[in-house]
Amino acid sequence: MSTAVAQKKGFGAFIWDYLTTVDHKKIAHLYLVAGGLFFLVGGLEALMIRIQLIKPDNDFVSAGFYNELLTMHGTTMIFLAAMPLIFAILNAVVPLQIGARDVAFPFLNSLGFWLFLFGGLILNCGWFLGGAPDAGWTAYAPLSAVSPGHGVDFYVLGLQISGAGTLIGGINFLVTIINMRAPGMTYMRMPLFTWTALVTSTLILFAFPALTVGLFLLMFDRLFGAGFFNASMGGNSVIWEHLFWIFGHPEVYILILPAFGVFSDVLSTFSKKRLFGYTAMVFATTLIGFLGFMVWAHHMFATGLGPAANSIFAIATMAIAVPTGIKIFNWLFTLWGGTITINSAMLWALGFIPSFTIGGTTGVMLAAAAADYQYHDTYFVVAHFHYVIVGGVVFGLFAAMHYWWPKMFGKILNETLGQITFWTFFAGFHLTFFIQHFLGLMGMPRRYWTFLPGQHLDTGNLVSSIGAFFMAFGAIVFVINVIYTSVKAPKVSGDPWDGRTLEWSIPSPPPHYNFKQTPLVRGLDPLWIEKMEGRKGITPAEPLDDIHMPNPSILPFIMSLGLFIAGFGFIYQVDNLSYLWLVILGMGITLGCMLTRSVKDDLGHHIHKEDLEEEGAEQ
Amino acid sequence: MKGWMGKFRALGIFGFLMLVLTGCGKENLSALTPKGYGSKAALNLINISLGVMIFVFIVVMVIYAIVIVRFRKKKGREDYIPPQTEGNKALEVIWTVIPIILLVIIAIPTVAITFDLADESAADESLNVNVTGNQFWWHFNYEGQEIQTSQDLYIPTGEKVYLNMKTSDVLHSFWVPALSGKMDLHPENENTMYIQADEEGVYDGKCAEFCGTSHSLMDFKVIAVSPEEFDQWVEDMQNVDPEAQPETADAQEGQQLFQDNSCIGCHAIGASPAATGPNLTNFGDRTTLAGVNEHTKDNIVDWIMDPESMKPGNKMADANYDVSREEAEKIADYLLQLQPSDITPESAETNE
Amino acid sequence: MSDQTLNPETMPEQPERATLEGKNKFLGFWFFLGGETVLFASLFGTYLALRNSTNDGPGSEELFGLELVFVMTMLLLTSSLTSVYAMYHMKNNSFGKMQLWLGVTVLLGLGFLGCELFEFYHYIHGEGFTLRSSAFGSAFYTLVGFHGGHVTFGLLWIIALMVRNAKRGLNLYNAPKFYIASLYWHFIDVVWVFIFTVVYLMGVI
Repeated sequence: MSTAVAQKKGFGAFIWDYLTTVDHKKIAHLYLVAGGLFFLVGGLEALMIRIQLIKPDNDFVSAGFYNELLTMHGTTMIFLAAMPLIFAILNAVVPLQIGARDVAFPFLNSLGFWLFLFGGLILNCGWFLGGAPDAGWTAYAPLSAVSPGHGVDFYVLGLQISGAGTLIGGINFLVTIINMRAPGMTYMRMPLFTWTALVTSTLILFAFPALTVGLFLLMFDRLFGAGFFNASMGGNSVIWEHLFWIFGHPEVYILILPAFGVFSDVLSTFSKKRLFGYTAMVFATTLIGFLGFMVWAHHMFATGLGPAANSIFAIATMAIAVPTGIKIFNWLFTLWGGTITINSAMLWALGFIPSFTIGGTTGVMLAAAAADYQYHDTYFVVAHFHYVIVGGVVFGLFAAMHYWWPKMFGKILNETLGQITFWTFFAGFHLTFFIQHFLGLMGMPRRYWTFLPGQHLDTGNLVSSIGAFFMAFGAIVFVINVIYTSVKAPKVSGDPWDGRTLEWSIPSPPPHYNFKQTPLVRGLDPLWIEKMEGRKGITPAEPLDDIHMPNPSILPFIMSLGLFIAGFGFIYQVDNLSYLWLVILGMGITLGCMLTRSVKDDLGHHIHKEDLEEEGAEQ
Repeated sequence: MKGWMGKFRALGIFGFLMLVLTGCGKENLSALTPKGYGSKAALNLINISLGVMIFVFIVVMVIYAIVIVRFRKKKGREDYIPPQTEGNKALEVIWTVIPIILLVIIAIPTVAITFDLADESAADESLNVNVTGNQFWWHFNYEGQEIQTSQDLYIPTGEKVYLNMKTSDVLHSFWVPALSGKMDLHPENENTMYIQADEEGVYDGKCAEFCGTSHSLMDFKVIAVSPEEFDQWVEDMQNVDPEAQPETADAQEGQQLFQDNSCIGCHAIGASPAATGPNLTNFGDRTTLAGVNEHTKDNIVDWIMDPESMKPGNKMADANYDVSREEAEKIADYLLQLQPSDITPESAETNE
Repeated sequence: MSDQTLNPETMPEQPERATLEGKNKFLGFWFFLGGETVLFASLFGTYLALRNSTNDGPGSEELFGLELVFVMTMLLLTSSLTSVYAMYHMKNNSFGKMQLWLGVTVLLGLGFLGCELFEFYHYIHGEGFTLRSSAFGSAFYTLVGFHGGHVTFGLLWIIALMVRNAKRGLNLYNAPKFYIASLYWHFIDVVWVFIFTVVYLMGVI
């Protein structure tokens, strides 16, 4: 069936299309919308936190509600905003960059999204069902194990389900990048964004199972009376800290590495230069990924692991600064000697360099264990990780959206609105978080609902809160930009930026089979090579032929829905055992879907050569 | 281009101004005005690493500024295609090796100070205090001294005091920024750290590990007095008579009410190690109520009548007692005269 | 095409990796097992941290007997071997023999599961040792139970494949499915070897 027919369908068919889609480009749209909405929710929570802290002894929100806000702000931003937005970009770009027609596991790709979405919904259900999670996004035991009500149960089940989705997504991209590359696309010719996607997927694969186990232990403690974290039963609260951070530290790199990839591609494109020190950049990326697993205990310097362990983890942590520094300098020298175009995408990339350098340098300061005894769990840490995650990941996501928006939707985001967003968000970001370094050292621990007057903390907090409003303003302008662009902006060509990599060699947005003929890759920046040799597009690696594509399926949606139902069963069987029926129902739905998937052959369909030739004539 | 750099500079100046305005924080609270061994060591390390890192930041920003000023796309040269440089081995080596050297400069003092701050060799001949964290208050049991206090920790200046710390419920973290870095309290294992105050003073302490509703209200005080004053305090505390008769009639009634309402069931007066609620032996000497409120009779009465409104989630709200406001006032009278020692927070503040 | 049952002429050397889908499944499943390794490593770590936290309840010395566990180990090790036979016959395109050996694998797996259920029943009702007895109890049932859950899932999976393909024989579409199911079975077996060593042997000595 051709794409022209699909476009004439009604709204119901449109929804059904997205519910059943296994097309990585549409899954990217789903991730983008869901992640974007959760980002706004998390932002709203952040604003309420900053309003509460605008002056001492404030009572804008109650202490209990504040704890729910801070927990959900962290959890939402990490798991429900940053992760899916990164998956949105990965889905939209990686298959195109390697010259593939789809991902390795289109069905699982869809399943990964729906699991994430239903997990995210469970997490947020707490708001309406008697209280959201309130033990911090790190959910340290035993507080998380004894926290009354069902709040933390929503955290446990929600993250478990969305975590499974993330793991599936990670495996999918690993196999896609390893097995689905176009002819000639060797590892050392992959765009750096694809490289970072590969390393990030590896980190997901090895980091998330530790969280899975941690969540299971917490779930058994809370829902089935186990004693992993119950000291009176011989339990040990430090186990949670280890498991959480064995996952949690790599998670930081899972988030930041794709952002590094985005900046590498953006800086190279808009300075019209090949990425400086490509080999070193690849090496640095893998080294960061590897070291990311060796440093989890630097989150636990105050846990009392002893000076030897603290020193070892301090030095290992400092070591990560070396490959990160290599990256910063290679970016600077990519710009050096180039001819730099500054537009919104590039502004985010250029704003990233100083911001992230501050975040990186405070990271080294935090690595000094004995000094961390002062920083730990204060606003210094809050400042540091916002510099890294906002200044790195969020800036990266904004850059990626401005850069690839035309590829995803065929339209360039409005430049004026883009610049307004950047400048307000950038100024607001530094205003909010720079001062927090000092607040921390001046004696303000993190997760404080209120602070007392007369402790010289008033001005700093006020400044910080004002900054938050600037960031909110910038984010709102971005939303307006998206709406404005989709209504007003003209269609653009397949290659609006004079791009260098394969995704710019096909129309915008790409046809659902991406490449009519699989491209032949002849070096790093394959499109650039062809352009320099005077050709218009990429040389194909095969003659025009039938294209095999996977079939859409509703099963991923139903399978995730089953787990969603079972999740509620698990949570409420504590109050009333008859809720176990919900568990059985939900698990039955999910296992039934798996069985259906296993016994029902899904061989996909073919797009015929004749149709492809027709479409070619239309263009 | 001007706009870009201008905005950036404005931001920097603004940030600097903020710093000047707020200074280094409150004396005896801020880690930037260290008064103890641990906090001074930490500030040294902070300064070393900050110095190195500012150097790195300046290097990056200089290159950054040059790049942005020099290599912008120029009018009339829109079609210019720059040379596609692959990289530069010498440069790669430089920006690998120099950071390693810089990190070693930070790593050496880091390891040295980390081990120094964990030194427990002097623990046996030093004053040891067993610290228990509770939602949301602190208990201090002076090992081998028969002294129990809550919320106010008295220590002598100029010597290491070892704290053996454990929590009775969820995790807490003991932090007196002006004296020392923090350490967590776990329910299953004891953690040990030492603090040493170099000057007399009343230092603000805070809980730094998220512990629930009133995490932000779990403040305490460390009162550092001269060793002579400390000895005096120890003697006074050891000689407390928990049943001593108050002088005023109201306070006497308060004492009776205190017993009749089984307040004593949770709140010990004297050296009894039971500590379901804070020990009140020297309650009258405290400078804050519940860590964060002004230590006035009105506040104490308010607290007794409705503890939840002052410290949400605290366990006294669940306690079973029934007193009228008049009775609460008498209890407050009784509690306020519990001043067993002449050594009070005031002696730490006046004997500069 | 891929529907067609394989005959000796069309039989590739590695039917599980002859198509792109097969290659993807093969590689993806290895990665999945990598993740599973971290999962079990975390559970083992937890168990090792808590194995002496018996809270005055029964400890490993009193509870564990090696006889039954030895039988269970033999059952599972043998089932791993029979699944190797099954894969050997798959590569030789003898579908009937593959089904037969998979059937033996399933029977052995069921035997293992029966023993495990008996063991748990004995601990719970005979010794009063449950998930709620102590941190050690929690860690024991979680680790061994997770493994048992994997065995159950593996059995269901292999049975589903056998029943589904009983009538149509081997082709390039289902060969990878059989292959990764057997990979999964091996993984379960390897995990059991560690459980046998870490939980039972170290627990008794």
